[in-house]
Amino acid sequence: MASHAQAQKWSFKMTPTRVLLMLLSAVAVGVIVFRLVTGLGMVTNLSDEWPWGLWIGFDVLCGVALAGGGYGTALIVHVLHKEYFHPIARSAMLTSLIGYLLVMAGLFLDIGQWFNFWRPFVSWGHSSVLFEVFWCVSCYTTVQILEFGEIATERIGTQFHSIFKKALPVLMIIGIIFPTLHQSSLGGLYLLMVDKLYPLWWSPIIFFFFLLSSFFVGPAMICVETTLAGKAYDHWVPIPVLQKLIRISGFVMIFYLLLKIYDLVSRGVFGLMFSGTFEANMFLIEMIFGIIVPIIICFSGFSATRKGLFTFGLLVSCGVVLNRMNVVVIGMIRSTGVSYVPSIWEFIVSAGLVAMGVLAYCFIVENFKILEHDDHHGQAA
Amino acid sequence: MSKGVLVDLTKCVGCGSCTVACKLWNDNKWDDKNPTMGPSAKLTDKNWTVVQFKEVKDKKGEPVWRFVKQQCFHCKEPACASACFAKAFQKTKEGPVIYYPHLCVGCRYCMVACPFNVPKYQWEKAFPLVTKCMMCNTKVEKGEAPACVSVCPAGVFKFGDREELLKEAKSIIAKDSKYVKHIFGENEVGGTEWLYISDVPFDQLGFKTNVTKRSLPSYTEAYMHATPFVGITWGVILTGLYHYTKRRNQISKDNNKNIKA
Repeated sequence: MASHAQAQKWSFKMTPTRVLLMLLSAVAVGVIVFRLVTGLGMVTNLSDEWPWGLWIGFDVLCGVALAGGGYGTALIVHVLHKEYFHPIARSAMLTSLIGYLLVMAGLFLDIGQWFNFWRPFVSWGHSSVLFEVFWCVSCYTTVQILEFGEIATERIGTQFHSIFKKALPVLMIIGIIFPTLHQSSLGGLYLLMVDKLYPLWWSPIIFFFFLLSSFFVGPAMICVETTLAGKAYDHWVPIPVLQKLIRISGFVMIFYLLLKIYDLVSRGVFGLMFSGTFEANMFLIEMIFGIIVPIIICFSGFSATRKGLFTFGLLVSCGVVLNRMNVVVIGMIRSTGVSYVPSIWEFIVSAGLVAMGVLAYCFIVENFKILEHDDHHGQAA
Repeated sequence: MSKGVLVDLTKCVGCGSCTVACKLWNDNKWDDKNPTMGPSAKLTDKNWTVVQFKEVKDKKGEPVWRFVKQQCFHCKEPACASACFAKAFQKTKEGPVIYYPHLCVGCRYCMVACPFNVPKYQWEKAFPLVTKCMMCNTKVEKGEAPACVSVCPAGVFKFGDREELLKEAKSIIAKDSKYVKHIFGENEVGGTEWLYISDVPFDQLGFKTNVTKRSLPSYTEAYMHATPFVGITWGVILTGLYHYTKRRNQISKDNNKNIKA
């Protein structure tokens, strides 16, 4: 077995798209190095009015939410033992792992004293919600790397495979606790912004909205990812599996929608969304295209088609991205009095990080057992 | 008892000596692009205090000038300190909220969290730090007034125990009808060490008057306290579910085998 694995060559197909992604990554790396040496002022459009911008909004808040597919799937497949969903488990968790590594990269880029990043490990500012985010994200990324160890040791370091396999259930459970805590904590960060964040988004239970949305965006991301992987590798996850999966999303989204309405009504700001302001319109776009239309797709016949699943996935994912950007940027414009548009360099770095993630995904899928799931089906513990 | 400063805006003549004293005491550089006085004066990483010139209307509708000294308000329960995950911001028992640069990671959550947008950042530096007024904490510890307060020639400030200043402020605005009946800092975000009284409504002078009366850290306290319990409970539930569903699957598999046999 070991000799067979060693005999296998590492493969990475070259296509024009991949060359483009590599170019983008290379430019981004250049900008990143420049930023780490010169500081934030020259590369970003951040200012005293806009201390948090695209990198925190997109790379971190959206990244973490979109990478939430991992813990949701782990919960469904490995804790609830719904083996029906096993075919998507590995690819969902891989996307999640890559997502978190990119989040860590994005966070690292965004901090001013980057050589001081370890400080909260020893100087415990435990009253801060960010403290919880910091600990949970770092621990969870470690746990995810260990979880991936189970897959990696099928190919390299095979002598450790049995250890990883034994440790997996424990890792899985720890690997669900951490994201549950920090997905909500990312929303919890904004509890302090009670007078700054527009009331359509600020809520005393904003952390719960973040948690719910990170959970229902998981299956949506899996739909997007499996469609793209299907095209690229001619590997198709059966439609009923995905359809059943997004039904879980659908129910959570209905709950989210009802809770959102209840929250807005109870705080007396329900009418704000029809006030025609910029914030109100952005909020309506987010709710209609990110929540209501996907719920309709989810419970209609359209979800029985690949196109329907992909549309659902894309709408929900974009809806969550829009929600996070609304919280970080749009909802804050009124209180800061100025607006913020990210610099071209900020966009390039964000795009470059995504490109690196796509390339890493392709490489791992082509060299490890991620998508071939049939032979797995029986041996699931 | 924490120390505070009572600012009587009706007495300020806009000389700006407080801003000079601040620069000298804290060794902050002058910045030609960002003056510390005038209509466009604003707090920056080098300007820890500024005096803004405001042309407003008085009670009779006549245009008048008012001069508004800005600096950190030193909240009784500061959002920046509760936001910092590395304890770079700490509230001292004497009142000042101070910043320890060596603990700072540069995440800027303090800046987003501050209800008054006080902390500023050294954007042009390679390894930038957060800066803000620290109420000359080394002076306050010795019972001395902050540098800006000690140089004022117009008697705008009064330095002392916050609670006594508050009493005094109340009696001043009760006696003299020119003052608006509001002490800025008494209840804003749970109270601040710097207290302001004025004859022109505060919102016309650029103060953020629509802030919550609750202390901001109280918004996250309950959440953070619940976290360990939620984590442990969730872990127990997950472990239970793991074993339960595994066993259930096993039993249903065994039953299927029996049926087939």
